[in-house]
Amino acid sequence: MIAFYFIALLTLASALLVVLHRNPIYSALGLVNTLFLIAVSFVMLDAELIAMLQVIVYAGAIVILFLFVIMLLNVESEVRSARISKIGTAGLAFVLLFAVELAVFALVRDPSGAQELPAGFGSTELLAETLFSKGMLSFELTSLLLLVAVVGAVVMARRKVES
Amino acid sequence: MQQFADYLLDEGILAGLPKSLGYALVIAFFAFVLLNFIMLVAGVTSWLERRVWARIQSRVGPNRVGPQGAIQWLADGIKNIMKEDIVPTAADKPLFKAAPYLAMIGFFGAWACVPFGDGLIIADLNVGVLYITAVTGLVVVGILMAGWSSNNKWALLGGMRSAAQIVSYEIPAAIAVNAVIVLTGTLSMQGIIRAQGWAPWNWFLFDNPFTFVAFFIFFVALLAEGNRTPFDLPEAESELVAGAFTEYSGLRSLLFFLVEWGNLYIIGALCTSLFLGGWQTPHFTDNGFVLGLVQFVVFFLKSYFLVFVAMWIRATLPRVRVDQLMSLCWKYLVPISFVNLLGAMLWVVAFPHGFLPARLGMFLFGIMVTIYFLMRVAFHLRRARPEMSWNPIA
Repeated sequence: MIAFYFIALLTLASALLVVLHRNPIYSALGLVNTLFLIAVSFVMLDAELIAMLQVIVYAGAIVILFLFVIMLLNVESEVRSARISKIGTAGLAFVLLFAVELAVFALVRDPSGAQELPAGFGSTELLAETLFSKGMLSFELTSLLLLVAVVGAVVMARRKVES
Repeated sequence: MQQFADYLLDEGILAGLPKSLGYALVIAFFAFVLLNFIMLVAGVTSWLERRVWARIQSRVGPNRVGPQGAIQWLADGIKNIMKEDIVPTAADKPLFKAAPYLAMIGFFGAWACVPFGDGLIIADLNVGVLYITAVTGLVVVGILMAGWSSNNKWALLGGMRSAAQIVSYEIPAAIAVNAVIVLTGTLSMQGIIRAQGWAPWNWFLFDNPFTFVAFFIFFVALLAEGNRTPFDLPEAESELVAGAFTEYSGLRSLLFFLVEWGNLYIIGALCTSLFLGGWQTPHFTDNGFVLGLVQFVVFFLKSYFLVFVAMWIRATLPRVRVDQLMSLCWKYLVPISFVNLLGAMLWVVAFPHGFLPARLGMFLFGIMVTIYFLMRVAFHLRRARPEMSWNPIA
């Protein structure tokens, strides 16, 4: 339990770093840290495969590409103004809404209904079985969607040949 | 290791302590032992690498400190620790200082899943292979941080190249590993080793043609991930001074080099566990200690042979260009590894329990390739300069 609160606090702190730091590089590094700590939470929930995929895909690849672009563009640190912008107001509204939602969820949920985990929960075999039987259609559709996105990116990025 | 910790807690020296504290102590102890072992391996590798290149290039190499220069690495280490630790004024100081440690964490974490013997592993995770891929991927964050925070264009370019290279080459490596995973149905390092035998024809390297190809894809991709020649573009001296590490001095630069040399052993260990039978030995004695020791030695020698091959490649091949590097990955290795994975899957469907003739055939094929290679080496040695010395002591 102590470990959970410790990790949760660290996660929140680095998530705040992402939003609040002026330098975009620090924000991106904070994002790496946040995603990594979320992977640790996954490990504590016995979902080891998801944790590893989280690190490989998000912390190891996607945020690296963010960093890549930010570093190459050499974005300046943003200048902080006292005025809260429209987007800021909308963000605050969302934060409030989310907090209310969480509170309602925590109050409504009955913790006595919690069950023991079945044996092998979170194991790669079980996950694969579920994914390729119950979730077959959505799995294939998702991969199709990703393929379309990749092809689209290649088409957009391709240099136009003068003819 | 968990059994060992439980044993210590139940009847060993830690009896009576709270369980979590006992585990923490055991983990800290093993981390300390492992860290020292890694430093030793990385240091000796650095000396051996310089000696091996020197012999290949008809030079002598470091041979002054200790017998054959064997403690040259210690002298270099002390020298680097005594040097001034310079942080450029224009650098982003916190990131600049933190970067080597971040690279170190990513690299050190991988060792937790290296199986040195039956039971000689820090943590036999059931997602071991993925864990190593994930954790070594964090090294790239350290290198990018180093490159950017140095505030130097060569460093930045080096960091960028390194990131692009590591992220790209992770893909063929991960897909090539899948060819082994479909055979065993497990991601645990020990599980994969237990599915192989001590005899070479029971190794996954010779299991079928697809794993044979997968081994080479995997090895090449790991060399590229470890920034080794012919893929050491991130620190190409002639173009980028020293890449992301240009501005580093003293201990911090030493840490980056330790990561590089230690990584070399991780490459060897991974290839050995996945394809070369790991620590498997014949069960010749019931003495657990002797058996464990022999397994450790077998594993170490096999992986160190691959480290030697990587040194050999570095001394032999020229560096590739950036566009060649990327086209090798995306136009050749990725498609080949996908086709290879498909073939491996079909093979598993066709022969769920393995196919002995294919194994023996692949083994014979491997021997023939080795013999052909040795004949070529002998031919070139005969044609080489007659005054070439065979005496390694000289």
